[in-house]
Amino acid sequence: MSGQDAATATAAVNNSVAAKAPGAPAEAAPDQAPRGIGASVPAADTRAKAEGTFPYAADLWAEGLLWAAVLRSPHAHARIVSIDTSAAAEMPGVRAVVTHADVPGATTHGRRVADRPVFAHDLVRHHGEAIAAVAADHPDTARLAAAAIAVEYELLDAVTDPEQSFGAPALHPDGNLIRHIPLRYGDPDATGEVVVEGLYRIGRQDPAPIGAEAGLAVPRPDGGVELYTASTDPHTDRDLAAACFGLEPDRVRVVVTGVPGATADREDAAFQLPLGLLALRTGCPVKLAATREESFLGHTHRHPTLLRYRHHADAEGRLVKVEAQILMDAGAYADSSSESLAAAVAFACGPYVVPHAFVEGWVVRTNNPPSGHVRGEGAMQVCAAYEGQMDKLAVALGIDGAELRMRNVLATGDLLPTGQTVTCPAPVAELLRAVRDVELPALPKDTSEDEWLLPGGPEGAGEPGAVRRGVGYGVGMVHMLGAEGADEVSTATVKVVNGVATVICAAVDTGQGFATLARQIVQEVLGVDEVAMAPVDTDQPPAGPAAHGRHTWVSGGAVERAAKMVRTQLLQPMAHKLGMSTELLQITDGRITSYDGAFSVSVLEAMEGKELWATAQCRPHPTEPLDGDGQGDAFVGLAFCAIRAVVDVDIELGSVRVVELAVAQDVGRVLNPRQLRARIEAGVTQGVGAALTENLRTVGGLVRHPDLTGYALPTSLDAPAVRIVKLVEERDVVAPFGAKAASAAPVVTTPAAVASAVRAATGRPVNRLPIRPSAAVAVSNS
Amino acid sequence: MTLPASLDEAVAALTAMPAAVPVAGGTDLMAAVNAGQLRPAALVGLGRINEIRGWQYQDGHALLGAGLTHARMGRPDFAALIPALAAAARAAGPPQIRNAGTLGGNIATAAPTGDALPVLAALEAVLVIVGPGGSREIPVSHLLAGREMLRPGELIGFVRVPLLHAPQVFLKATGRTGPGRAVASVGLVLDPARRGVRCAIGAVAPMPLRPLEAEQWVASLIDWDGERSLAPEALEAFGEYVAAACVPDQGEPVAPGVLHLRRTVAVLARRALGRALTS
Repeated sequence: MSGQDAATATAAVNNSVAAKAPGAPAEAAPDQAPRGIGASVPAADTRAKAEGTFPYAADLWAEGLLWAAVLRSPHAHARIVSIDTSAAAEMPGVRAVVTHADVPGATTHGRRVADRPVFAHDLVRHHGEAIAAVAADHPDTARLAAAAIAVEYELLDAVTDPEQSFGAPALHPDGNLIRHIPLRYGDPDATGEVVVEGLYRIGRQDPAPIGAEAGLAVPRPDGGVELYTASTDPHTDRDLAAACFGLEPDRVRVVVTGVPGATADREDAAFQLPLGLLALRTGCPVKLAATREESFLGHTHRHPTLLRYRHHADAEGRLVKVEAQILMDAGAYADSSSESLAAAVAFACGPYVVPHAFVEGWVVRTNNPPSGHVRGEGAMQVCAAYEGQMDKLAVALGIDGAELRMRNVLATGDLLPTGQTVTCPAPVAELLRAVRDVELPALPKDTSEDEWLLPGGPEGAGEPGAVRRGVGYGVGMVHMLGAEGADEVSTATVKVVNGVATVICAAVDTGQGFATLARQIVQEVLGVDEVAMAPVDTDQPPAGPAAHGRHTWVSGGAVERAAKMVRTQLLQPMAHKLGMSTELLQITDGRITSYDGAFSVSVLEAMEGKELWATAQCRPHPTEPLDGDGQGDAFVGLAFCAIRAVVDVDIELGSVRVVELAVAQDVGRVLNPRQLRARIEAGVTQGVGAALTENLRTVGGLVRHPDLTGYALPTSLDAPAVRIVKLVEERDVVAPFGAKAASAAPVVTTPAAVASAVRAATGRPVNRLPIRPSAAVAVSNS
Repeated sequence: MTLPASLDEAVAALTAMPAAVPVAGGTDLMAAVNAGQLRPAALVGLGRINEIRGWQYQDGHALLGAGLTHARMGRPDFAALIPALAAAARAAGPPQIRNAGTLGGNIATAAPTGDALPVLAALEAVLVIVGPGGSREIPVSHLLAGREMLRPGELIGFVRVPLLHAPQVFLKATGRTGPGRAVASVGLVLDPARRGVRCAIGAVAPMPLRPLEAEQWVASLIDWDGERSLAPEALEAFGEYVAAACVPDQGEPVAPGVLHLRRTVAVLARRALGRALTS
C-alpha cells in the first residue's frame, strides 16, 4: 500500500467514525446556506485558503520595500565583548544596521515583566537571541550583511538543567527564580493506605506554525510606524513596540493581516521590534519573513517540565493526598511563565477530588530556548503526570484504570486544591463514562490486511506478530480566560448598513474560528444573512490576546451585546408604532414579525436607510491571584475532557501508532458543530505530536535540527481516527451563550491518554513525553 | 541554469563551468541552498535528459538511469524487477519528495539515512560515471566510502544492478507512522545463483554497513535447493550477529541509546531475512 492510499484510508476511517458519532449535526439543506448559532457555517476565508489566493503575512508587498534580516546568537550563553557592524554597513545595498545602541526607547520588553532586551548587548542568554538587524534592498544582501556583522563573544557556561538553575550564578539581573508557588491545602500529615510515586519529564513542544512568522513595517509621515503582521495580541504588541521605539502608543499601529493559524503567541514583540526599528531608521517599508530555522529559534515553546509526584489513596482507591513538585523551564526570559506555573500548580491533582494537597511549583531561568504561551500550557504537563499516577494507583490496587478514576471524579460544587469552588458545570463522570462505554475499534484480526496500518506505517518494518494493542484513559482540565486577576475585557462594535452587518472587534481569528462565530452571533440576533468582519488593527478598542479560549467567551459576548443593542435600535420605532414592547417582535429569515403574526416587514424596510451602530464590552467576573499558600479564586471558568486512547505498539521496535482516540468533551454549548469537531480534531492531533514525536531537542542549550525533518509533526498517517463520543452541553451560566472554548482541552488530555495506552500495551512505566521508541519496547534487554 | 538534453551535453556544460552544480530533483540540494549552506554559481539541470529517466536490460543486469524518480521506482513493474529498491523508493519520504527525488541524487547526496543506499549496497550495485574522458565504472560502496570521488565534470549516469529473480526486502524503522528519516534500515537480498545472502544496514553509520561474516554464516545454513527456511533461533541469531557487527560496543556500560539501536538493527535484520525466506 502506498503512502497516499494509506492516508486516504485513514481519512475514510475518520469520516465513517464521524458519521456514526452521536450528536453529529444534521447538515443544512444544500440550497440554504447555514446561518446563525448552532449551524455549521463555514469560515469566510476557507475558499481563498484552499485555492491559494489568501494573502498571508509573508505575501505582503509595498512599493520600494527593503528586506530585513536578523543576526542571531549561535551560542546559548556568552558575554558580548564587541559588535562591529562596519563591514555590514558598507556592503552595497545595505540601508541600515541596528543594534541595541539604536533602540530609541525602552531597551527591554516583555509581556508581563520587561526582562527581554530588544537586542542582546552585554549577554546572550539563549541560542537564536537577536543581536542586530539589517535592512537591504535584497533579501540575500540582508542575510549576507547580517552574517558580516562581527561579534566577539566570551563563552560562558550554559545552564541547561533547570534543577541546576537554583544554585547557578544569576543568568539575569532579576535572578533565576521567576516564580515559586507553594500550594498547601488540607492536613500535611494525612496518609493513605496505598502510596505510589513517580517522576515524569515533559519535553519541549514547539507550536511549529505551518506559516512561519512574517511581517511588513511601513513608516508613517507623522514619524510613527505601521506594523502589518499576524499578531495574536495586537494591542499588547503595539504598547511594547511604542515603548521601545520611544513613541506614543497612538503613533504605532499594528494591523493584523494574513494569520496562517496559531496555537501559541505569533509574531510577538521580539519579532516586530527589529522590523519597526528598521522602518523608522530607513524611512522605507521593511519586510521580514522568517526562515523555518529562525521561526524555531525565535518564538517561544511549551515549558519543558520535571514533575515528582506522590499519591496517597485508601484501599478503595479514593485519593487521600497528593504531594507534588513541579519544575518548569522558562528559558532565559519570563514571558507568560508565571501564568503557566499557576495553571500547573492549581491543576496538579487533575479533575479529581483530593482532600489534602501539597504542591510546590517553580519556574526558573535557564539558557535553553525560551518558553511561553502554547495552548494548554501548564495543564498539559501536569495532566500527563497525574494520569500516570492514576495508572500506577490502579495497578497497585488491582482496580481498572477507568474505575479508579470514576471513584475520584470532580463535580460541580467540589473544591479545587486552590480552595476555589467549582461553580461551573463539571460533568467529569459523564465524560469518562461516555468514553469508557463506547465499543472498542475493530481488532486487527477483524481488519483486512490492507487496511491495518501497522506501527511504523506503510513500508515500515512492523510485523503483526509483534504488535500489542493497549487501551488507556486520560482525563484533563483547563481554565478558560486569563487567570489570577487578569482584566479579560473585550470591546466590539456592530453596525448595520443596507441590511449588511459589519463586526468591528480586535479579536484575532487565529484559526480558532472567532470570525465565523461572530458572524453567526450577529446572524442570530439581527436576522441578517450577510455579516462582514472588519480587518483587525489597534485603532480599534482592545480585545485582548487570542489565548485561553477568551475570544469565544469574552469577544463573543461583546459582539452579542452590541448586536442586541443594534436590535433594540432597529425594533424600537416599530414597537412604538405598534404599541408593543420590542420583546414581542422577532426577527426570522430577514423579516421582523410581531408575536401574533399580524405585522411583518423586512429588516431592510425597517431600517429606512439608517445606519445603526452599537459598541459594547464584555468583562467576565473578576478573579484573584493565588496567595502565599496557593489559595484563591484564580479562574473564571474550567473545561474538561476525557479521552480513551487505543494504540498499537510494535513491542520489539517500540514504534507506536495511535489507532483511535475516543473523545468526550465539556463544551458548554455547540455553536458551530463542524467547526467544533475540527477544533477537537486539531487539538487531539497536536496532543498526539506531544505524546509521540514533538520535542525540540537541544544539546548544551543549542537547538538541534530546527527544521520540519528533525522536528516531526504528525502527518495524516500519524493522526488517529478521532471519534467524538459525546459533547456535553451543560451551559455555563456565566459564559455568553454558555459555550466553552474547545481547542485546549484535547491538547491537554491526549498525551496522558496515549501514554496510558502505551503503558497498557507494554507494561513499561512510560514517564516521559514524547514517548521514545526505547521506552515502548517490551522485551528483555538481554 | 542550463538544461542539457543529453548526458554528453550535461558533461560538456559541467566541464565548461567548473563551478556549476548538477541538480536533478533538488530535494536535498535546494534545501541546502535555502538554508544558506550552499550558494552555487550556476546549476546544470538534469531533468530533461531522457536517457537517464528509465532503465535498460543488459546481460542479467538492469541499467537504471540516475534520473529515475522514487515515484517511478515504486511502481509495480519496477517492483517486479528489484523489489527491495522499489520498497525503499516507496518509503523515501512523502509523495512530493518521491515525485522529484531521484536515484542518482540519493547516491550523490550520500546521506546516512538515504533509503536507496543499503539496498544498492546489498545488491553490490555498480555506478556508471560519465565524464569528459568517457565513462568509467565504480562500485557504489567505493563512492559512498569516499574511496573514489567524482572528478570535475563527472556525473552519475547509470546504476547497474543484478537481476536476482529472488526475494528481496527493505525495512526501515522510523520515529513515526508517517514518512520519516530512518533510525535504522536494512536492505537484504537473496542470490540463489551464488547461494548468497547479502545484507546492508543503513542509517547507523555514515555509509551502509555490510555484515559479511553474518551473511556468510547464515547463507551456509540455508538449504538453497529445498525449502529455504530457517529455524526461528537461526533468524534470531542472524539478527544479533548483524547488530553486533554494525553497532559496535563503545565501552561498558553500554549506553541506552546504543542498546536500543542494536536491538532495532537485530529486529530489522531478523524480520528482513524471515520475510525473504518465506516470500
